[in-house]
Amino acid sequence: MEFISTLINGLSLGGIYAMIALGYTMVYGIAKMLNFAHGDIIMAGGYAIYVFLLLSGNPIVAAVGAIVMCVLLGVVIEKIAYRPLRGASPLAVLITAIGVSYFLQSIAQIVFGSAPKMIIVAQLGIIKLGGVTIDVSALITLACSAVVMVALTCFVKYTKVGRATVAVSEDKGAAQLMGVNVNNIITLTFAIGSALAALAALCYLLKAPSMYSTFGSLPGIKAFTAAVIGGIGSIPGAMLGGIMMGVVESICNSVPVIAPYTDAIEFSLLIIILLVKPTGFLGKKRREKV
Amino acid sequence: MALLEVKDLEVYYGVIQALKGISFEVNEGEIVTLIGANGAGKTTTMQSIMGLIHPRSGKIVYEGQVINGMPTHKIVHLGMTQVPEGRRIFSELTVYENLVMGAYIEKDKSKVKQDLEEIYTLFPRLGERKTQMAGMLSGGEQQMLAMGRALMSHPKLLMLDEPSMGLAPILVQQIFDMIKHLHSIGTTILLVEQNAEMALAVADRAYVMETGEITLSGTGSELAQSDMVKKAYLGV
Repeated sequence: MEFISTLINGLSLGGIYAMIALGYTMVYGIAKMLNFAHGDIIMAGGYAIYVFLLLSGNPIVAAVGAIVMCVLLGVVIEKIAYRPLRGASPLAVLITAIGVSYFLQSIAQIVFGSAPKMIIVAQLGIIKLGGVTIDVSALITLACSAVVMVALTCFVKYTKVGRATVAVSEDKGAAQLMGVNVNNIITLTFAIGSALAALAALCYLLKAPSMYSTFGSLPGIKAFTAAVIGGIGSIPGAMLGGIMMGVVESICNSVPVIAPYTDAIEFSLLIIILLVKPTGFLGKKRREKV
Repeated sequence: MALLEVKDLEVYYGVIQALKGISFEVNEGEIVTLIGANGAGKTTTMQSIMGLIHPRSGKIVYEGQVINGMPTHKIVHLGMTQVPEGRRIFSELTVYENLVMGAYIEKDKSKVKQDLEEIYTLFPRLGERKTQMAGMLSGGEQQMLAMGRALMSHPKLLMLDEPSMGLAPILVQQIFDMIKHLHSIGTTILLVEQNAEMALAVADRAYVMETGEITLSGTGSELAQSDMVKKAYLGV
């Protein structure tokens, strides 16, 4: 019985990782860059929830406000920091992303101080089903991430702009020859990734209501690991990797002897999987056809 | 007035000059071909016209409008597109999705539907395989798909870069039949080919390129008769 609640917690944590991993993987697929500041967008989302909650007292308003703020932030960062480097060496872009990450963390410390802030988004409690105890927050997270994943899959598969994102991630030049404005697609990708980061922050705060300037770092790096395990650039891969990561973390944490080694186990998983399958589970291996 | 006019185009890759000031023109309704060996600058010329490469100097004029410096997607909106070398279909999309991508600039959905039917009539193989992933198609089918995809945007000027490359002779013949058909319905075509014999046979006019320069020009049949072309490109 306890295993079932562990599993549900794992799936919900996995949902959070999946939402973050989608941001990494989509940006990588489209702009071919690792956006190491993505974790800090989550942090910014957390503080935005805090501010909007103080202002309005309404969790829904706070969530919507945070999503809007994160989308703006993501798009502005792309415009100011990354766009001028289009075509520059990948190393320059990577270092810029790390710089943006520290910049955001420092701003957060200046504005909100370095002491963690308690943020109670909503009092949700638990429900008991038979012998299983489930956090309502876990259920909300599960529902939220499921909706996000289905919506994103439909967007990519059935809309014109969604297909264009697939086309751009496969071959930028060919997509331009179809009349696709690649810059717009990149902006859109950052917007989607940042919106998901805000949602992830919300779900995370429902679970652990404490906010600080490096709030996004660990979930960010774990979700990045998940994206690589699933195959960086692959949308279903990010979902699969994220959920796997969450379930593994939750199971490890439920066994007292293993619990202290959870992070080590998760990152070892990355190494092992990459040794066996260097492209990740659903990563693409391209071949030329004559 | 020429539909497309290229004037003194110079392109550099780093310090290496790939195009040494070439000039040519394509008139409405013509098939014009650029022939030449590997590395002569044919693909570079095509990519410069589409704005995928930025020339150092020179002018590209389309319908009286200077288009160099314009982003590629805007050039496509002007009514020209290119079937790139190596086809570059979207292998992760289905045949149908690839064709719809070709109509990206078309806003009218019913028009797209109608055009799809036309493409399926023109290339029956694509109709049979519309739900398949494009990456699973054979080389010849991929070339058909790349051409069909380009036609979905109703280009006034269609540029084909090495459409016969790597294809079996029977497929090469099919591709050239298609080029003749497109020409007969009024599409202006700029064709880059290594298969000089086939290219000169369909072309109204032709230019021979060698290491970044145009060394010879004339009608298709004139060049096919030229001793220099015969020796260098036709193997006779």
